[in-house]
Amino acid sequence: MENRSVVSIADYSKEKIQYLLDMATEFEARPNRRLLEGKVVATLFFEPSTRTRLSFETAANRLGARVIGFSDPKATSSSKGETLKDTIKMVSNYADVIVMRHYLEGAAQYASEVTNVPIINAGDGANLHPSQTMLDLYSIYKTQGTLYNLNIYMVGDLKYGRTVHSLLMSMRKYNPTFHFIAPKELEMPEEYKIYCKQNNINYIEQQDFTEDTIADADIIYMTRVQRERFSDLMEYERVKDAYILKADMLGKCRDNMKILHPLPRVNEIEYDVDESKHAYYFEQAQNGLYAREALICDVLGITLDDIKNDKNIK
Amino acid sequence: MEHNKEQMMVAALENGSVIDHIPTDKLWTIAQLLNLDKCPEEVVIANNLESKVMTRKGLIKISGKFFSEEEISKLAVVCPNIRLTVIRNYEVTEKRQINLSDTIINIVKCANPVCITNNEPMKTYFNVKDLTTLKCRYCGKEQSLDSIKLK
Ligand SMILES: [Zn+2]
Repeated sequence: MENRSVVSIADYSKEKIQYLLDMATEFEARPNRRLLEGKVVATLFFEPSTRTRLSFETAANRLGARVIGFSDPKATSSSKGETLKDTIKMVSNYADVIVMRHYLEGAAQYASEVTNVPIINAGDGANLHPSQTMLDLYSIYKTQGTLYNLNIYMVGDLKYGRTVHSLLMSMRKYNPTFHFIAPKELEMPEEYKIYCKQNNINYIEQQDFTEDTIADADIIYMTRVQRERFSDLMEYERVKDAYILKADMLGKCRDNMKILHPLPRVNEIEYDVDESKHAYYFEQAQNGLYAREALICDVLGITLDDIKNDKNIK
Repeated sequence: MEHNKEQMMVAALENGSVIDHIPTDKLWTIAQLLNLDKCPEEVVIANNLESKVMTRKGLIKISGKFFSEEEISKLAVVCPNIRLTVIRNYEVTEKRQINLSDTIINIVKCANPVCITNNEPMKTYFNVKDLTTLKCRYCGKEQSLDSIKLK
């Protein structure tokens, strides 16, 4: 059997992305199914991430699967020195699909090579987090009606922000224009700017974050500016309030503009923004459920047709 | 003169291999890589020899040694463009330029400390980009070929 693991979605074709978006749309209309009745989904979190784990486990439960796994690696034998390979081999005896979060980069790729059970990468260190990217794409698609020709503004920590890097790469086929708004110390790394040039992606770099500079945005993707990312704390003090989105900055923005954020937020979006029609980050998190239902079904070989023709909807 | 001297060194071998055109600064790395300090056979190591194609070069001659493809690809990683000559019964049976392959399996260590390959007993795997850069199949990080560490 071919391995249907989802380690990365960076190389997915536009057709495949659209297919998964269509699946997610079906699940949003009817999230509760019995498609996975009798199946076992394992969630192995070698690094705690309550938010991602709950989202995956809810997705599995709403599809009728049973869930096994661990949320704290201290409870498992990997803390006694068991190799990742042995843990994956052991769990492969029990589960139909393995959702895995790991602190080491490349762990999901390796796991997918040592088992025939499909692996879904729920984050491997600073490397990849495809289900987050999928829910970001779904959120953009749903709110803008398309993925094509959008002005996407990325704000805050663009240096360490894994989600913005993945989003940037997965948008390359849709002719986006990116605006990178970040303090000097956290600007978009050179390798991603080279990536943009190689893929003919337009981008504009700026440090000003004001009502005027965001007026043309279709999407504003906010990220956390964390103190511990700065080598120069003076610099942190200087810029920490410069990348906070406030309600009074939204006066000139486009009607269709939506604000995304991978959550949890600290202070980079003021609470008064929550009331705005542009705020979308809570719905975005909810979209994670539908995107993950789609990914789980896809790796198990359940097709869009199966979902559309599902007579067994609860 | 140089030609004769070299011929003499190579000709003296009955069976074995000669690695030639080694950059002088890579000679001892190669010697170490081949575990020559533990080699029981006759070994000749020469450095700073005059050369027609490079200013100076190193040369290693090992009696009774025939390299496996794995060893050859290892050599290619450390210094691309060296020349390998195989000798059997005093005759040169094979002479070839060693080239870097597209993938390098289990030879190089990933430079990323939080890469799974540095934390799990497993093989490393790199794709070679433009003959200068290695990209880890697992963590995706790139490193320059001239700053690699061997596994
Ligand atoms: Zn690596």
